Amino acid sequence: MMTVRPAILALFLGMALVTYLPRMAPLVILSRFELPPLLLRWLSFVPVSVLSALLAKELFINGSRLDLSLGHPQLLAAIPAFLVAIKTRSLMGTVVAGIAAMALIRLIA
Amino acid sequence: MAAQESPLVPFSPMAGVKAGAPVMLGYLPIGFAFGVLARAAGLSVAETGLMSLLVYAGSSQFIGTGLLAAGVAAPSIIATTFLVNLRHLLMSTALVPSLRHNAPWQNTLLAYGITDETFAVNTAILQGRPATPGFIAGLHISAHACWVASSVVGALAGQLVGDTNALGLDFALPAMFVGLLMPNLRGEDRKARYGAAAVAALVAVAIIVAFPGTSWSIIIATIIAATVGVLLV
Repeated sequence: MMTVRPAILALFLGMALVTYLPRMAPLVILSRFELPPLLLRWLSFVPVSVLSALLAKELFINGSRLDLSLGHPQLLAAIPAFLVAIKTRSLMGTVVAGIAAMALIRLIA
Repeated sequence: MAAQESPLVPFSPMAGVKAGAPVMLGYLPIGFAFGVLARAAGLSVAETGLMSLLVYAGSSQFIGTGLLAAGVAAPSIIATTFLVNLRHLLMSTALVPSLRHNAPWQNTLLAYGITDETFAVNTAILQGRPATPGFIAGLHISAHACWVASSVVGALAGQLVGDTNALGLDFALPAMFVGLLMPNLRGEDRKARYGAAAVAALVAVAIIVAFPGTSWSIIIATIIAATVGVLLV
């Protein structure tokens, strides 16, 4: 239960390295330079774009197929989450509403 | 940009922990589910915790464990992990305006905690303003600790518990993305932001449908959508 096999540790170290480098290199290297205003503007659109892409993957894709039906639990549960997010602007409230909606959907389905 | 000259946001480490509360709430069930799955795939409890500590990347840990159980060789698993996590290049770059004033060693450490979720929370709060390293560290360390702890508990509990999905907990992270997307759609360049969001969603879905199983959908969708956003301003 508490054993760590050397081959597994080596695999994890490899995975950790290739995960860490893309997280670290741009931040540490680019912080040394003055970034051009156009690049800064472009970067200001990265959060909204990443979030929307990640969310689209969760809400519109079922398996690896497009599923826009209300039979897709993720898409259905997103509706109350969006309503709470718009109404309350509370992140925690949105998360709780989403979880509750999903639990309800699973209960009924 | 005016954001460059504005003073340090006086956020304490504790404020970082508080800001990270929704991330922790989201990581609990996913980490737990990962722990259960890792045990089922033949990892020990210690190995499960070590993977969450070292790799610290949700989707690639699930994929990596699955590949390991399927007998795939380590170099292929590492290559897949690299592709799956390459999108962090963009997030790391987008954090430069908020973190550039830190010492390089501070950013070298803080970068370990950049995930989809911590990135989204950080950028939603900071909006390009500078942040104290303590704030980021508070958020990153608490989220990471929660991820490791919940995967160890999942590994220990194993088959004892039933289906965590029945409780709706698998929707915690998507719901958090919903809550974080909304503040990103406000502000004076709102129209461009809506445009970028729409393009990102469309391109991501189109890529996934056209190339099932690809690791490139998020990164390509983000590059195209951010470019459209700039053009729309």
